[in-house]
Amino acid sequence: MSNIRDMPNGQTMEVRVWRSDGEGGRFEGFDVPQRESQTILDVVSWIQQNADSTLSYRFACRVGMCGSCAMMVNGQPRWTCRTHVKKVLKNNRLTVEPLRNLPVIKDLVADMDPFFDKWVKAEGVFHPSKTRADAIEAISSEHPMRVEADRAIECINCAVCYAACDVVEANPDYLGPAALNRAWTLMNDERDAGHDVRLDAVSQKGGCHNCHSQQSCVRFCPNELNPTASIAGLKRETAKSFFRRRD
Amino acid sequence: MLDLRLYMAQRISALIMIPLTLGHIAMMIYAVQGGLSAGEILARTQGSLAWMLFYGSFVAAVSVHAAIGLRVILFESFKIKETILNALSWTVFLGLLYMGARAVYAVTAL
Amino acid sequence: MIRPHRSHPLWYAFLLHRVSGLALVLFLPLHFYVLAFALTQPERLDGFLRWTDYTIVKLAEFGLVFLLAIHIFGGLRLLALEFLPWSPRQKTLAASAVAASFLVSGTFFLQAV
Ligand code: SF4
Ligand code: SF4
Ligand code: FES
Repeated sequence: MSNIRDMPNGQTMEVRVWRSDGEGGRFEGFDVPQRESQTILDVVSWIQQNADSTLSYRFACRVGMCGSCAMMVNGQPRWTCRTHVKKVLKNNRLTVEPLRNLPVIKDLVADMDPFFDKWVKAEGVFHPSKTRADAIEAISSEHPMRVEADRAIECINCAVCYAACDVVEANPDYLGPAALNRAWTLMNDERDAGHDVRLDAVSQKGGCHNCHSQQSCVRFCPNELNPTASIAGLKRETAKSFFRRRD
Repeated sequence: MLDLRLYMAQRISALIMIPLTLGHIAMMIYAVQGGLSAGEILARTQGSLAWMLFYGSFVAAVSVHAAIGLRVILFESFKIKETILNALSWTVFLGLLYMGARAVYAVTAL
Repeated sequence: MIRPHRSHPLWYAFLLHRVSGLALVLFLPLHFYVLAFALTQPERLDGFLRWTDYTIVKLAEFGLVFLLAIHIFGGLRLLALEFLPWSPRQKTLAASAVAASFLVSGTFFLQAV
C-alpha cells in the first residue's frame, strides 16, 4: 500500500461500522487515516486490513461495474467503490451500514436473495418468440421502443434503489424499483413474447401500482436510471390492458 | 396495498374529481364573500338538480378515493391483515357515501 | 427527524400529498355532518357558520383550502407523471403545485376577511 499517500497532516476520521452476526448488532467505532483520494470502499478495506480482519463486506470490480459493493453511508444508499469520502464526510464522521430493506448475513453483507427473487417474480426474464432456426430479427437503434429500453437498460443490480424505496420498507411484497425497471425494458423488447404474463406479474398485490413516485430510487441510482419513469410506463400499459382485456 | 383494480378506481375517481374540486373551490371563493350564512347557501342550492348531480358525483368519487387512500396509509403504517383492511376500506367507503349523500340531500332537496 | 434517504424535494412532495389527503379524509365526515343540518335544523347550521366569522377559524379555513388545493395540484402532477410522457422537470412541477395552492388559498383568505 506504499503507493497510497496519507494526508500530510496525518488526519484521521471517525468511522462507525455496523457489526452483526445476522441477528441484532451494534456500531463499532474506528479511527481511519484520511487520504487525498479515498472511496468508502477504501475506508472499509482499510479497517478490514489494518484494524479488524473479521469485518465482512462485499465487493468485486471496484470500478462501478458489478454492483456488489452497495452499503448505507450516513443513512443513504451508495455504491461504495465510487463514492468519495470527501463527498459524504460530515463533521469528520462516517456511518457505514449494510443496505436497508434486506436481511443481514454478517456485518456489512446484506442477503440479496429477496431482491433477485423479485426480478423473477416481476417476470424480469426474456420470453423468446422465435427458435434458433428463425432468422435474427433486425431492431433499429432508433425505434421508439428500443430508445425507451435503452434508457433503462444499464442497471448493475446494486439494490441501491431497493434500499432507498419506502414502499419496499412498508410492503414486503413490493417488487421494487429495479425489478420493475427490468420488466419495463422487456416490455419494450419487440422479440419478447411474454408481454401479457408480465403485465399480470406486475399487477399483483406487490406490483407497480404501489409505487408512490417519490423518486428516491431516481435520486440515488448510481447509474442515473429512472425507475419511476419505467414504473409509470408499466402503470400505463396495465391501465390500457385493464380496458382492452374487458372487451 | 393496491392491485390493478384498486389502482384504476383510485385514478379514475381522481380524474372525475379534478373539475369538480376546481369548481368547488371557485364556488367557495365566491360564496365566502360577505360571510357564510345557511340562508344564502340554501337559496342557491335547494331544488337545483344541477347542484345535486354536481355534489352527488363528487360525494361518490370522494368516497372511493378516500377509502382507497386511507387503505394504503393504514397498510403501510400498521401492516394490517388483508381481511381486516378490506373490512375497514368498505366501512370508510360506505360511511362517507352515506354521510355525503345525506348532506347533499339536505342542501339540494326542496 | 426526516431520515437521510428521504431528504429530497420529491419525497417532501409525497409527504405533503399524504398528509393533506389524510387531513381531508378526517375533515370530510365533519363537513358532511354539519351540512346535513340544513334540512332538519337550519338554525344549528347557522350556528356553525357563525364560527367562521372568527379570524382563527378563517385561518383554519385557509389551511383547509390550502390542503385541498395542494392535494389537487400535487395529484395533477402525479397523474401527468403516470399518464403523459415523462417530464424531467419534476421538482419545478412540484414547486409550482405548492405555489398555485398558495395562490388559490390566499385568494380565498382575502375574500373571507
Ligand atoms: S418512485 Fe416508486 S419505486 Fe422509486 S423509491 Fe419511490 S416508491 Fe419506490
Ligand atoms: S436501477 Fe440503479 S440503483 Fe437500482 S439496481 Fe439498477 S443500477 Fe442499482
Ligand atoms: S465493487 Fe463493483 S460496483 Fe462497486
